[in-house]
Amino acid sequence: MKLRDLLHFSLRTITSYPARSFLIMLAMALGVAAVIMLTALGDGARQYVVNEFSSIGTNLIIVLPGRAETAGSFPGAVMGQTPRDLTLDDAHWVGRLAQVRRYAPLNVGVAELSATGKLREVSLMGTTAEIFPIRHMKLAQGRFLSHSGENSAQMVLGAKIAQEFFPDGNAVGQRVRLGDRRFLVTGIMAVQGESMGFNSDELVIIPIQHAQTLLNTTSLFRLLIETRHHNEIESAKEAIHQALIQRHDGEDDVTVIAHDAVLATFDRILRALTLGVAGIAVISLAVAGILVMNVMLVSVSQRTAEIGLLKAIGTPAEVIRYIFLAEAIWLSVTGALAGFILGQTGSWLLRLAYPLLPAWPPLWANFAGIAVAVLAGILAGLLPAIRAAKLDPVMALSKR
Amino acid sequence: MIQLSGITRIFHMGDQAIHALDHIDLTIESGEYVSIMGPSGSGKSTLLNVIGLLDRPDSGHYLLDGRNVTDLSETEQAQVRREKIGFIFQSFHLIPRLTAAENIELPLILTGMPPADRKTRIMETMQAFNLSDRAHHRPAELSGGQRQRVAIARATILRPTALLADEPTGNLDHRIGSEVAALLEALNQTGTTLIVVTHDRELGSRAQRRIAMRDGRIDADER
Repeated sequence: MKLRDLLHFSLRTITSYPARSFLIMLAMALGVAAVIMLTALGDGARQYVVNEFSSIGTNLIIVLPGRAETAGSFPGAVMGQTPRDLTLDDAHWVGRLAQVRRYAPLNVGVAELSATGKLREVSLMGTTAEIFPIRHMKLAQGRFLSHSGENSAQMVLGAKIAQEFFPDGNAVGQRVRLGDRRFLVTGIMAVQGESMGFNSDELVIIPIQHAQTLLNTTSLFRLLIETRHHNEIESAKEAIHQALIQRHDGEDDVTVIAHDAVLATFDRILRALTLGVAGIAVISLAVAGILVMNVMLVSVSQRTAEIGLLKAIGTPAEVIRYIFLAEAIWLSVTGALAGFILGQTGSWLLRLAYPLLPAWPPLWANFAGIAVAVLAGILAGLLPAIRAAKLDPVMALSKR
Repeated sequence: MIQLSGITRIFHMGDQAIHALDHIDLTIESGEYVSIMGPSGSGKSTLLNVIGLLDRPDSGHYLLDGRNVTDLSETEQAQVRREKIGFIFQSFHLIPRLTAAENIELPLILTGMPPADRKTRIMETMQAFNLSDRAHHRPAELSGGQRQRVAIARATILRPTALLADEPTGNLDHRIGSEVAALLEALNQTGTTLIVVTHDRELGSRAQRRIAMRDGRIDADER
């Protein structure tokens, strides 16, 4: 029997039982579609987070005061001492290192902003002009502290704040009051929306010294550092760490994180999550495979007389096996392809519904979904096929 | 030529052994027309199944056209069935979802014949069996006589040397039954060995050689 005839014969059988075949294909298709859509969701979430992180720059090193580990490496912790502050002088010291391209010390807090008879609470960020290139932020109007004017009381308003206080768009050059101090508005940030859960549209930025006075602190919240080259991020991290230990009289009381490492961790977690949901979806494929097996077994017992006849007209046992196997393959392949189309359509609808989420199914998920479905179909067809081929022809023919 | 010697087939029912065939010795020449008759359980169908290589004897030898076919593997036996033997059944055994033409096509597909050749061969055969206008009908849409004609066309399309019919007229009324018998006899006239197993005395007596069976043995063998 030629392969073409074999495939045609099995296809005839499948189309002769349309309802039954449709239901099996549906089960297969839903399984494959589930794999594709769930991985699209998981990978979309991963892409989303990675993009968010990347928008802050990839050569980024973050220094925070205190040790992240609670291990005994820091004797102060045992003695109940608070870690030494990370000061502005520390930041300037680190800034002189050869690997550092730019750095921006950071203090954050909340204060009341009042101007033109309006009053509201705003998040404030104290930093230097370097924050703009480091965090890829842009100004819509004006400028922020030149180096020479670092100590003057200047302020940059977030786009939304500027709109609220100065709807006429004449904010630059106005005087505003933040807490108990007066500032000159020198710039307005471009609309950037939310990034890493922090909305720069509703933020005001002031020079770091003013922020520290306003917030009554000498310790930095963070120190952001951009290295010169992406590939020397590890050595830069080590150099910064050593410089700070040295400045802190040999005490290791800061935490230095490469932004990439955070990114890599998120990437890993979300990849694992994607694999997890894919695994759950694959279970539905296994169930579909069992369904195929069940239906094929019923088919063998329904078609016992036919199998007897095939044997009587001289069909070898192996050809009978192929006939049943081909049916299972037809069902699972067409089901898998339908599922592929369904899954791609579903992912497309997801992307339409949530434009922020890049819900593209990863390539491996497309292949894995289809491959597992076809494999499940073949495995499921094996047992019925063997059973059919083993039937005793005389017994089979006597059944009507 | 079919040569059986010492063919024994035993079925076990609980702890009881039933000799369906009990040391059968039988020779049927090529082109003979033989009827096998006997009561139920006399072993006549089992004999036909053994001759058609559907059933293996427990002992004895079977030579088909001089070749020992008793010990062939299952695949080899399938090939012998395909090439040398045609079966006709009481219940026709047509595949219900296939058309008449597709049912007749099955043996040709098994040989791997190209589709174009199959088509001409089927057309010729359907014409010969007066089924041309029924080619695209399914078995359910055919009369009993037409169904048996389709089954005979399928059994003979590869021109087997022996045609084995088990109660070929059992499901047909008298008039159609004798038409089918005449058709089988016409095929026998062209040189095909015809072996008919039947209860029907009238059909059995039409054969030149009439074998009667009882309890797994040959009771009478008249020519």
